[in-house]
Parts: sequence; C-alpha cells; structure tokens
Amino acid sequence: MAVTQPKVDAVIVGMGWTGAIMAKELTDAGLRVVALERGPDRDTQPDFAYPKVVDELEGSVYRRFLQSLSKETVTIRHKIGDTAVPYRQIGSFKPGTGVGGAGSHWSGCHFRVLPEDLKLRTLVEQRYGRRFIPPEMTIQDFPVTYEELEPHFDHFEHVCGTSGKAGVLNGVRQEGGNPFEGSRQREFPLPANRNYLGAEWFYRAAREAGYHAYPIPASNASGPYVNSYGCQMGPCNFCGFCSDYGCLNYAKASPNVCILPVLRLRKDFVLRTHAQVLRVNLDKERAHATGVTYLDAQGREVEQPADLVVLCAFSLYNVHLMLLSGIGKPYDPVANGGTVGRNYSYQNLNRVVMFFGEDVQANGFIGNGGAGTTMDDLNGKQLDSAKAGFVGGGIIWARQPGAGPVRGIAVPPGTPSWGSAWKRAIKESFRHSFYYEVQGACMSYRGHYLDLDPTYKDAFGRPLLRMTFDWHENEIKASQFLVGKALDMCKTLKPNALSGDAKKPGSHYNVTQYQSTHTCGGAIMGTDPKTSALNRYLQSWDVPNVFAPGANAFPQNNGYNPTGMVGALTYWAAKAISEQYLKTPGALVQA
Amino acid sequence: MSPPEVESTESAGTPLSRRALVKGLALVPLVGAGLPASAKPSGAPSEGAVAPSEPYTPAFFKPDEWAFIVAACDRLIPHDEHGPGAVELGVPEFIDRDMQTPYASGDIWYMQGPFVEAPRELGYQGRLALRDILRVGLGAVDAHCRQQFDGKTFTALEPAQQEALLKSAGSDELQLEGISSAVFFAELLAEVRNGYFSDPVHGGNKGMGSWKMIGYPGMRADYTDWVEVRDKPYPLPPVDLAGRRG
Repeated sequence: MAVTQPKVDAVIVGMGWTGAIMAKELTDAGLRVVALERGPDRDTQPDFAYPKVVDELEGSVYRRFLQSLSKETVTIRHKIGDTAVPYRQIGSFKPGTGVGGAGSHWSGCHFRVLPEDLKLRTLVEQRYGRRFIPPEMTIQDFPVTYEELEPHFDHFEHVCGTSGKAGVLNGVRQEGGNPFEGSRQREFPLPANRNYLGAEWFYRAAREAGYHAYPIPASNASGPYVNSYGCQMGPCNFCGFCSDYGCLNYAKASPNVCILPVLRLRKDFVLRTHAQVLRVNLDKERAHATGVTYLDAQGREVEQPADLVVLCAFSLYNVHLMLLSGIGKPYDPVANGGTVGRNYSYQNLNRVVMFFGEDVQANGFIGNGGAGTTMDDLNGKQLDSAKAGFVGGGIIWARQPGAGPVRGIAVPPGTPSWGSAWKRAIKESFRHSFYYEVQGACMSYRGHYLDLDPTYKDAFGRPLLRMTFDWHENEIKASQFLVGKALDMCKTLKPNALSGDAKKPGSHYNVTQYQSTHTCGGAIMGTDPKTSALNRYLQSWDVPNVFAPGANAFPQNNGYNPTGMVGALTYWAAKAISEQYLKTPGALVQA
Repeated sequence: MSPPEVESTESAGTPLSRRALVKGLALVPLVGAGLPASAKPSGAPSEGAVAPSEPYTPAFFKPDEWAFIVAACDRLIPHDEHGPGAVELGVPEFIDRDMQTPYASGDIWYMQGPFVEAPRELGYQGRLALRDILRVGLGAVDAHCRQQFDGKTFTALEPAQQEALLKSAGSDELQLEGISSAVFFAELLAEVRNGYFSDPVHGGNKGMGSWKMIGYPGMRADYTDWVEVRDKPYPLPPVDLAGRRG
C-alpha cells in the first residue's frame, strides 16, 4: 500500500443523508470520524447559487448534480439466464454524487412509514392466509416497529424542517392530516405548503371519491426555520427547480443545508472529497473490518484504517461494496442461499396527465418538489388485497416539482412528436395541464436480486453491480388497479384530454424512462442471518464492525418515498452504535 | 426527465405550415455555411422566419452536415402561425456548439464494451457517443437518400420528402447502414428540442422565442406571489440567465 492514513475511530463511505447523519451522531459520541466522498464538495454557495443553478440544460440534460455513469454504473437484465447490459444513460433512476448525494437533488417528499408496512408478511398472512403470498414473493417483516422508530422519524423531520399536517397526534385524530398514519408525538415543525392548482383540485377529486386527502409531508420549508442543530432554512419560493437540482433558497432540506454546517466546524470530523472507496478491508477470517482502501483525487491508493466502517453510499453502491469486499455471503437465487444482494425491489410509479383549456391556470412551471396532496385510502391496511388481487398498496398524489420545457412538455395522446401539430399542442398544454401520479409499493421476489456482473467493469477495474429485475404480475395488477382509481379521480375534474400509463400485462421494466430513484433492498435488515444481510441495527451479521444504513435495508418497498424512513433508520442505528456498540464492540444481536 | 414519449402517428400540420414547408423558400443567407449547391431548395427556414442577427460559422459540422442539420431543424420545428421555428431561433448553432461539449463526447454515459444487442427496454447499447450518433446518422441518411433519390442528399430533397424520411426514421422503419434510424432520430429530436427550449446562453432560443410562445417565464425562479392565483394568466414575460427580459 502506497499510503496509509492514521487510524481513526470510524470511517464513513459517502456524504449524503446517511453519511451526514452518521457523522453527526458519531462525532457527538466523541469519535474521530473520516468521511470519504467520491464526488466533489458542494454547498448552496456557490454550487446551487442563482441564476446558474436553474439552467435546465445543465441540470436536466448534462445532469451536473447527478452521478456520471462513465466511471460507475450497474448492468441490468430482466431475468436469470439473460445477459445483463450496462445502464449506459441515466433513465429509470438517478443516483447522486458529491457532498449531499441524492439528498441534494431529491424532491423533498418526506413520509414516515405506515406501522403496518413494517409487519407486511405477518399481516398479509393473518388477513388473507399464507397462500395469498405467491411462493416466489420473498417479503419479510422489518425487524423494527413503528413505535421504536417514532422518535427518530420525529427528530429527522425537525432536522429537515418538514412541512405538513399531523393526522394523528398522540393517538388522537387531527382534522386535515392523514387519518391512517402512525401516531406522532408532536406536529410537524412547519405547516403545510400552499397549494398550487393541481394540489388544490386533488381535494375536490378525492372528496367525490370518498378519499381522505392530506398534504404530502415536504422537506421544502413553508416558512423560515431554524432546525434542531441551529441551521437556518429559508422559505420555499416555488422556483420549480427541485428534482435534479440543488436548492437555491436553503429551503429544501439537504445534508448540505441541515447537517454539514455543524459538521464542518468539528475538529473530529474530516471530509475528503474525490475519494473513491474501492473496498472494505477485512481480516483473514472476514469477520472484522480493518478499514477501507480508496483512490484519492490524484489516483493513489490510500488505506484508511478504522475501528468502525459505516457504508453510507447510495443503496446500490452499498451492496456493491459489500459484494466486492466479501462482507457476508452473496445471495444465490438458485440455491436460495446467501444474503448480500437478496430482495432487491423498486417503486411502481405511474402517471396520469390531464389537459385543460386556457382558462385553467395550472402553471406547471411553479413548483415545489415535495409539496402536494395525497391520500392513503388505497395504501397499507386500507387496501383490501383480496379484492384488489395484489399485495402492497400505493398512494395517488398531486405533485408539481416544477416543469420547464427542456424537461419535457406533456401533450395529449395522439399528438405527433414534432412539426406544427406538436408546436400547437405544447403551446396549448404548457400552462394548462398537470399530472397526478400513482406511487405503488414493490414487492421482493426470489429472482430479483443484485450480484456482481461477470463481464462489465467500472473505471477502477472492478466488476459492475448486476441488477436482475422485472415487473412481476403482482406489480402490473397493482399498476392497473391504482391507475384506474387515479383516472376515475381525474375524470371528476373534467379535463379536455387525459392520458394514463398503467403497465400492461407482460410489459417489462424499461430503464430508459425516469420512474423513481427508490432502488431498495439488496442488503436487507432482518431477524434471520440466513435471509438478511443486516440485523435490526443495520449491522452486518458477518462483519459486526460494518454498518450499512440506507434503502438497501428495506426487505421490500412500500408506497411511500424512502427518505424519511432512511433517515429514521440511520438515527436508530447511530443510537445503537453510541449507546450499545461503543460500550461493547461486537454483534448487537446474537445470530 | 427526458422529453415525454409521444406517439409519432402523423396528424396533418396546419394548412399554412404545410404550404410554407412545401414552398421551402430560402430566406436566410447561410453565411459561412458553405452550403452545397444541391442544398439550395430546402436547407433554409420555412416561410416567414426571421433571420438570426449574427451569422454563425459551424465548428463541428462539415458544410454538408450543417446543411442537413439546418434542414432537419426546419422540418422538426418549422416557423408557423404558432411561433418561431428552430432555424430562426439558432437551434443549428446550439447543436453545433453542443457537439463540442463533454456531454456530446459521452462524458456522462458508460462507454465501455462489450456492446451487445439487447431489448429496447434496457436502453441504448451502441458504442457511439452523442456527437457520433448525429454524425454517423446523418451520413447514413444521406447515403440512403443518394441511393433512393437519384444521387440527391437529404438536403436536396423536397421538404415533404424530408418529412417522410424523418417520420420513417422516428418509427425505426428506415433501414440505415451502421446505425439504428430510431436512435439517430431520437437524439436528433432531443438536441433540436434542447436548443429550442434551453437558455439563450447556449446558442439557441434566441430572444427567448420559444419561451414567449408557450408562456414560460424562463429563469425567474420565484413564484411566491402566484402559487394560489387562479383567475388570471401569469402576467410576466420571461427572463434569461443573463438577466435579459423577453
């Protein structure tokens, strides 16, 4: 090894939400922490400063805030036996890079989780019988309860200045919030954002259908706010540049705005950017990590010894690092053994677009990433799976993160994609159309998993991560059911034209179209080391001084956006490290 | 988000634009473009287009390629009663400049082999970067044209013939040597749209012409006062990154 850095107490791989939370909590606990971020440093000033940041070509075509796929990507195939091919151009999902990670270019939807979604397998079996779950569906209960996570959900919301309306406060239903949510200990730190037209009309459509609409919890500040750490946030001005972009207003919660201002002042916190971690180094027995090896900015291999290794990369790359380093046993879907790579799942996103006349001022260019209106009447335990014919619910929402013409202008079905007829259509629809979306859960299956690709390599010579994933009949049924309900809602608003994109039977996962960055699973938390890579504290069963917080820990995905859950789980894990692990380093759960 | 996928089933353009396209009168002198003689009838904006004030000399495209790009821009986004066309807004200039960016050289794409055939849902699997997709693609279309149209290049064809070719490329019916016509067309159309709609600083959308047409306020990025206004259209004209008002 050319260079070896002095040993530290903890090394953190990646400086997005989970890395920033871990760095804060571990330095609070008195540890000396080095964080290694593969991308550049970023902050509101100057990286997200107006007007440069709102350049649509830079943000949504050159994708300057997203991960370039030139050095690292994944390969994808639909099923075992197919040849996987590289994800060469950004499409279906958008991993981040740089300080802030995907947490700087996310939209801001900040849900908790429905208590019942943490006990999914148990509840489905109780309600519909064991046979209702197809044999290849490998859903599991989360090994943690809503009550255990509640203080961490609450804390993370108060770090993020989340704007919303409580539906259940200390067990008592509240007017205006989600009546089906788990109980909260207090109100949101900020009231809900104001409604643009599509969000306002959602209430009307929901009322007619008998649904209980409520404001989407949004970490896009509805007013000035100083968070739990003393970081100042500014009010969202609906600039329309959330998704794909860093926030110019200090209004969208991000690691950069909400946590790093504190961390950057800490002597025990060292942040090294352009530091590409290649692997976690293990002892001979592969039972203990000794640190990590990374490439520094000039390409030298550097060893960073540490007592504790926390993998805080984007969920896919956490799994990649575990596989490359030999942490735990790789999952084998044929033998049904091994754990790392198991239970990869995604998000079942579908859109319906409504086109109106020029008297309807939808103004899609006005945008707030997380804010909008949604309802849980078809999500969680509200969904009658026996009647609907599938497992896992979903939400329908009105969202308007901000439309610009480079990002695309929806046109009514049947419109050509160029020429005068197209021009006429975009002119008529740009200000006068809006969309609702269905965000469905996505179950996990024996044949959907992550492993190392046998052929393709990254720029550092390592095998790419290989994803085997396609739409299962269960998710196609869910898509059709939920899009049908969304279209029914839309019809009550009487648009001139309407389009919906429910998945058709036999349709395959299409990586060329953006759907969602909610890639989940692959290194899941569980109670059984035979079927999970991590225990309930996100600690590797096999290498107890490695923790891997992130959406990689979800045994399957639910109908909500994952960030709120990812943040809460990270605080939960950090608490276990501070209060239990540091006193007696070793496995926190006996296998 | 990439531009929405749209059915490319033809619906007739308006009578006026159709007439303008067929006439294909050359109004803009393409100074410095070195337009081949054969390109004269169609490598120019549709009728009524306003000439860009500054002539542009392409640096990436060769003269015959440049003429192709200009003609294709004019077919894809013609000048008509709805608003300005791509040529008058400087979209060819945008594309030529864009071809010289790291993006067009594959800076954010995974470009390593092996390159294998795969289902369409798994995305582009070719080895060409964007700039080469356009260059190889338009060369292949020209080769096809020479064979089918008595030695004429795309640029020398009548606008209606050019439209028909672009349509068959868009639907992948056009068989080209060395490249998928659908891949070429999708990237060409995306570039034309990007130039038409992105900030004028990048070379296209001159005078914020496309933004004015669709009512986009451009780079204002502050709508605090207009979130809940329902009864009147948003009143302010666009501004661009340089602070100019449209």
